[in-house]
Amino acid sequence: MERDDAEALNQAVQPDERPPEPREPEATRGPDDGQDQSGRLRRLFELMLLIRAFEPEAERQYKAAKIGGYCHLATGQEAAHVGAVGAMRDDDVLITAYRDHGLALARGVDPKAVMAELFGRIDGCAHGRGGSMHLLDVGRNFFGGWGIVGGHLPVATGIALEIVRRDERRAVLCELGDGAVNTGAWHESLNLAGLWDLPIVFYVVNNVYGMGTHVERASAEPELYKRAGAHRIGGERVDGDDLLAVLDATGRLLGQAREQRRPAVLEAMTYRYRGHSVADAGWTYRSREEVEEHQRHDPLDRAVARLAELDALDSTEVEGLREQAEARVREAVEFAEHSAEPDVQSLGEHVYGDPASAEQVARMTGGAPFGEAELLAAGGPRT
Amino acid sequence: MTATDQRTTTMSVREALRLALREELERDERVFLLGEEIGVFEGPYRVTAGLLEEFGEQRVRDTPISEEGFVGAAIGAAMAGGRPVVEIMTVNFSLLAMDQIVNNAAKIQYMFGGEAGCPLVIRTPGGGGSQLTAQHSQSFDAWFAHVPGLKVLAAATPADAKGLLKAAIRDDDPVMFLESFPLYNTKGDVPDDPDAVEPIGRARVARDGTDITLVAHSYAVVRALGAAERLADQHDISAEVIDLRSLRPLDFDTVAASVAKTNRALCVEEGWATYGITAELAARISSACFDDLDAPVLRVGASEVPLPYAKNLEQAALPDEEKITAAASVVLGLE
Repeated sequence: MERDDAEALNQAVQPDERPPEPREPEATRGPDDGQDQSGRLRRLFELMLLIRAFEPEAERQYKAAKIGGYCHLATGQEAAHVGAVGAMRDDDVLITAYRDHGLALARGVDPKAVMAELFGRIDGCAHGRGGSMHLLDVGRNFFGGWGIVGGHLPVATGIALEIVRRDERRAVLCELGDGAVNTGAWHESLNLAGLWDLPIVFYVVNNVYGMGTHVERASAEPELYKRAGAHRIGGERVDGDDLLAVLDATGRLLGQAREQRRPAVLEAMTYRYRGHSVADAGWTYRSREEVEEHQRHDPLDRAVARLAELDALDSTEVEGLREQAEARVREAVEFAEHSAEPDVQSLGEHVYGDPASAEQVARMTGGAPFGEAELLAAGGPRT
Repeated sequence: MTATDQRTTTMSVREALRLALREELERDERVFLLGEEIGVFEGPYRVTAGLLEEFGEQRVRDTPISEEGFVGAAIGAAMAGGRPVVEIMTVNFSLLAMDQIVNNAAKIQYMFGGEAGCPLVIRTPGGGGSQLTAQHSQSFDAWFAHVPGLKVLAAATPADAKGLLKAAIRDDDPVMFLESFPLYNTKGDVPDDPDAVEPIGRARVARDGTDITLVAHSYAVVRALGAAERLADQHDISAEVIDLRSLRPLDFDTVAASVAKTNRALCVEEGWATYGITAELAARISSACFDDLDAPVLRVGASEVPLPYAKNLEQAALPDEEKITAAASVVLGLE
């Protein structure tokens, strides 16, 4: 892919029988129209810096064995994450796959709650039960990071269905990776969204590799946005490393979803600098030259240049903002380290949510597998 | 309770299920139905007949043949505040939605630390005996009951069909509501009271007895009751029949109390017994009721073959009254 050829990147395919809607004229129109646009762009850039500082720290803490399990980093994908989430309204719903640290931070989840979750601590956003892949913040309408490739797409579709059933003017932004478009769940979800006119944008963050498999080796139609057309849904491709382009495209498509109940597919072309997860060095399927080529067009550098053009940022300020972001990440680590581990006595909590669950399971202890009766007696499953 | 509350009406399981759905749709506007052919077609097994006309498309939604899609959509709607009741046409097709049921619905409450929930009901019928052959005659009760985070119910009577389905819809957790083809036409008295709800996690003594405990659920309860009559007629044996009703949570206390009285147990299920519901029950009885037992616990399930088409072959594969009676005779030391 030619990274500099923005025109080639910013392509659109419209469904055959629905004429293209006129685009909103303002490139950066978004949720806080009328407010200080420069300030908004600056805040988004600060979030990019936060992610850029957070992810390498997560890798360090993983290698120091403070973080376990899988840990998928978003370094290099900052514009794709911040631009899309930045275009959402507060009452829109975000749902993502498992490379979710950056998306959570972009949604405004406190980095302390994210880091504490990675540490498996009680103050984590899932209270230590979810870890890296299952961040969420229901209060911010962030309905979770999900761990099975493609598995959250039908769930996202259902959230959009409930919005329609309630006749609300909200939209769902469903983030997924390029690997997910080859699952059956992708086809089924796009079909339901198109069939039922659901307010949802399927946001394909195409970082070129599904684990170590290049998109050209995985998808018969590697221009993934075109696959929307099979379901009479509009599809577009955007330069995912261009903050303003992502913001513009996502904002426009979320607006159509909200106001016209038109689902869409938006494919953001980006690149991850690190391996699939921290456990993958990332060198068996790509060259150092390839990574370095992408790093020469770094999304943060591009955002600095663009925001300077718009007088939203003075490039001399960047270092200070970077230090502020790093300080926030240090505070997050400090917070996570001092947050308590979950009480082992709480192991059985939250298997069920109904208040009557403890009573419902009370007669299940007899003859239970070794230790299970004690688990039940300790209070679980309970709310 | 007033006299009105105690009135009953005789109806089939099918009608009892429909009545439960109608009452819950009326009671709570968050409740809605979705599934294949449940609306315009009036239900592949007519459970939902008339409900589209009565409640409209926002409450009774036909879906394409897309089990992973619409089960997942129900999960999302449940997370977002709806109370969806999904119909999967038969349990055989639930395998297409297993990722959604097991990896998503059953995990939401726990892996999100109690921050999100999934008040979902999946109704789906199964079982053999209609010459539907290998791909359409299965029972996967044990597959679902295996999974913490799911609740799994199976009614054997019209009253329980109504009362347990209402309990499932009112519960805040994902519930698999396992129905049975051969039970749909079974008739019985059903309470008229729209708030008569049967509790989850409580078994029922379907027949009192003193000599042996037959533990069953769903259509196997009907078979066990038939076998109990044979045992009474042929051997003057008093068999107690326990209808589990709830597979997870399991009411083992009711089973144990019965075994303490009878000292003998036979577990019966429609599905394959190896690694099955009856395997779990036999293990629990053998450990918790060890001192009460006068004989080893035995199990009867479907023959461990894919179900065949030919009527005589299929009948030979099912856990019929004759097999149950023969197994009970072994437990009782009659032969």
